[in-house]
Amino acid sequence: MDFELTEEQKMIQQAARDFAQRDLITDVIERDTKAEFPTQHVKKLAELGFLGMLTGVKYDGGGMDTVSYVLAMEEISKIDSSVAVIMSVNNSLVNHGLEHYCTEAQKEKYLKPLARGEVIGAFLLSEPEAGSDATSQRTTAEDKGDYYLVNGTKNWITNANSASTYILIAQTHPELKHKGINALIVEKNSPGITLGPHEDKMGMRSSDTHSVMFNDVKVPKENRIGEDGFGFKFAMKTLEGGRIGIAAQALGIASGAYERALKYSKERKAFGTEIFNHQSVCFKLAEMAIRIEAARLLTLKAAWLKDQEQPYGTASAMAKYWAAETAMWVTTEAVQIHGGYGYVKEYHVERLMREAKLTQIYEGTSEIQKIIVGRAICDQA
Amino acid sequence: MKILVCISHVPDTTTKIKFIDGKSLDTAGVQWIINPWDELALTRALELKESSNGLIDHVSVITVGGPDTEPTIRKALAIGADSAIRVNAAAGDTFFVAYQVAEAIKNSGFDIILAGIDSCDFNGSSFGSMLGEFLSITSVSSVSGVNFNGNDISVDREIDGGKEILSCPVPFVAIVQKGITKEPRIPSMRGIMTARTKPLAVVEPVACEALTEFLSFELPKHKASCRMVDPENVKELVELLRNEAKVI
Amino acid sequence: MSILIYAESREGMFKKSVFELASYAAAVAKMMNSQAIALVTGNPGQEEMKKLGNYGISKILSFYDESVKVFDSAICCQVIEAVVKKENCPLVIFQHNNTGKALAPRLSARLKAGLVTAVISLPESTKPFIVTKKVYTAKAFARVAIKTQVKILTLSQNSYMLTESKTDPAIEQFSIQLDKSQLKISVKEVQLLTGKILLTDAEIVVSGGRGMRGPENWQPIIDLAEALGAATACSRPVSDEGWRPHTEHVGQTGKIIAPNLYIACGISGAIQHMGGVGSAKVVVAINKDKDAPIFEIADYGIVGDVFKVLPELISAVKEHKAK
Repeated sequence: MDFELTEEQKMIQQAARDFAQRDLITDVIERDTKAEFPTQHVKKLAELGFLGMLTGVKYDGGGMDTVSYVLAMEEISKIDSSVAVIMSVNNSLVNHGLEHYCTEAQKEKYLKPLARGEVIGAFLLSEPEAGSDATSQRTTAEDKGDYYLVNGTKNWITNANSASTYILIAQTHPELKHKGINALIVEKNSPGITLGPHEDKMGMRSSDTHSVMFNDVKVPKENRIGEDGFGFKFAMKTLEGGRIGIAAQALGIASGAYERALKYSKERKAFGTEIFNHQSVCFKLAEMAIRIEAARLLTLKAAWLKDQEQPYGTASAMAKYWAAETAMWVTTEAVQIHGGYGYVKEYHVERLMREAKLTQIYEGTSEIQKIIVGRAICDQA
Repeated sequence: MKILVCISHVPDTTTKIKFIDGKSLDTAGVQWIINPWDELALTRALELKESSNGLIDHVSVITVGGPDTEPTIRKALAIGADSAIRVNAAAGDTFFVAYQVAEAIKNSGFDIILAGIDSCDFNGSSFGSMLGEFLSITSVSSVSGVNFNGNDISVDREIDGGKEILSCPVPFVAIVQKGITKEPRIPSMRGIMTARTKPLAVVEPVACEALTEFLSFELPKHKASCRMVDPENVKELVELLRNEAKVI
Repeated sequence: MSILIYAESREGMFKKSVFELASYAAAVAKMMNSQAIALVTGNPGQEEMKKLGNYGISKILSFYDESVKVFDSAICCQVIEAVVKKENCPLVIFQHNNTGKALAPRLSARLKAGLVTAVISLPESTKPFIVTKKVYTAKAFARVAIKTQVKILTLSQNSYMLTESKTDPAIEQFSIQLDKSQLKISVKEVQLLTGKILLTDAEIVVSGGRGMRGPENWQPIIDLAEALGAATACSRPVSDEGWRPHTEHVGQTGKIIAPNLYIACGISGAIQHMGGVGSAKVVVAINKDKDAPIFEIADYGIVGDVFKVLPELISAVKEHKAK
């Protein structure tokens, strides 16, 4: 066992930290308030190579390991989860699937620009009637010979407006249930695609989330990922990796709030001493540190398993569950430690608390993670 | 043309400085970085290379230090330097360091040498000028700009109340300060991955003795506590500044 | 055997810091049973040069070469070296400013003479020669010994009191044949900011931080500075954001200043900022956050809204000045 990071991993962590603490911090509150997309920051994210860091060098990516990705996601999420989620969707949901399950021609056309960060991607799975239960897809991709005809609505789509490339999950053979589902690469500017209004979210307000409507959208057959009916398996495999990204994000939210609370507790005085010296506060901070460390170890373990090409589905579910729950608990307590200051935007922790909530919900709710873990431990017994 | 950037390996600027028995820095938990002014110099060197239409084809970095300084050198390579030199010696005083650098590069044909104006460890503010003297070339201090005008290089030197724009034929040492570039460059993923494959030459030091010796260190005494003035009675502050502190 | 200072003049005048340097050199000379002399290169005129005598300088060497139109450290070091040899100087002291930082190291390398920069007090002993300097950007001090026969120092600004001791200095013209083949640079253009008090010279500095909320809110800082005859400064985030020019940035990586009075408005006081103002004699902090670290180094503090406090402070200062 080796807990030591490599020189490169430390450098990536530092690069992400510098980017977050130098650039993102400057307007994070303002963008959150105005629900403004971080266009300039995404450009820099691309320049630095974060948008394609997990993709192989062969496809113009950074060729980094998942451990590095977790480290970078944590640092960026300490400051700004809206930017982190853009990076996460691109890397773990879009690029990962394209790299592992697509043909060379598809990779050439779609993966390379994504890995270079020239364009960003979106992953379209959730529907108004199908969130956690991803098998009941109502969006259809009708086989019309040389193309698919797509109709339906997708919900809660991160990067919906800013993305150029969509990975769409849709039903082709309803009678085969989840074995009839396909994954298609869809260009966002295809005729027949319209966006719903920008969702006015509780947190991560600077990322653009919309519903996406498909009305007789023609998608060439060559844009199908894998064999006919591979879509559901594709989506589940992709989400396994995605969970690591969200676990890292939740970890960052938690550690960002913890760092702020710790600093505040050593500056703020009450009853004649820094509040850190009051056991009620000190114990809280100690517990934060313990829970966060556990979340970090779980997340890095899942990342390490993925890097070792070992099964990581259960590990990533454990990591995502624990990191998200930790983020929610730590941010709530961080607000409490800040008292009134915690409840105003200037001190960041209320925003981190709003962001934490989403990590318990998206890319598999905490309940879904427990189903995954539950099934795994049942199989073992 | 070739640019050399001299970098120094220093504790992060947020480090809480502590000493062991007043003799040496307590390095436990200290994070080491490229000296901030040197990092600005490196960033400017890379900007010059990128905008020079091929006129500048190589940016190199050099440091004097043991193997523990290599992560700092790798970071410089990750940021974009093409090659690096490490003089394998514990950094003595600035005279020693400047002499080692001069000896290591005197026949390497660098046209522009950039060094930060100060270092945030011993605050010597003297490396660049010493290097200029050892190499018998011009050194320009307090530089806030290095620019190309065609093939001519101009250097902005801060002076009291303004700046001079100097015409400066190569080779020269420019000792740079804030303003030389906007902010230090963050290494890209690609840069980090390629850093390990870039050449890092380790050269042995030449004989040279330090001329000064650091005997001991101490922390500043704590200031007496701050006297608070009621925001509703700002006049009192003026009274205090006049009668007690006697500064206005 | 004389202790030499390099007395820099600008537009025919010496700044106060030159007299501080003279006072310091005279005191060190006393410790070493020697005398303090000055090299002057800017041709400031007899009357101005004589002023050095008020601070214990016993002889002035004036060097002026009309043909040298640009300050070049290598050329200037030729002159200093010649003086050091002629007068057999065991110690040369410069100001720790742009000029001193350019000359002292060059001379050190040339003479193989040990150099300590940013010295803050008289030597604790002259045999061995031990001085104290700031290190880790004023977060600590170090005692440093110089081991060579000839020694060089730069003296931190505002770290030694003006000490009058009347002498009637002899003024000698000094001349050497310069090797101008070393002179490569030429001045193409000079850009001066006029009418402003220089930050590094200012006795009083009024500084604004992120708490000022934007460049459009800077007027109270400017007005207070004007009322006090002070220079304006800012913290790093402010110059990074482009609210104020980088020349105003005070802090570890910006300007290091040592005014008599530093008024920090809306500056929380990050450790790097303190590095730039640690040597100020009196620090006043105005901040709405009573837990801001700036209050730990401040001598006087007001916890309140800068936008309410500053106008009142400006009128109180004006009232005081009118008296």
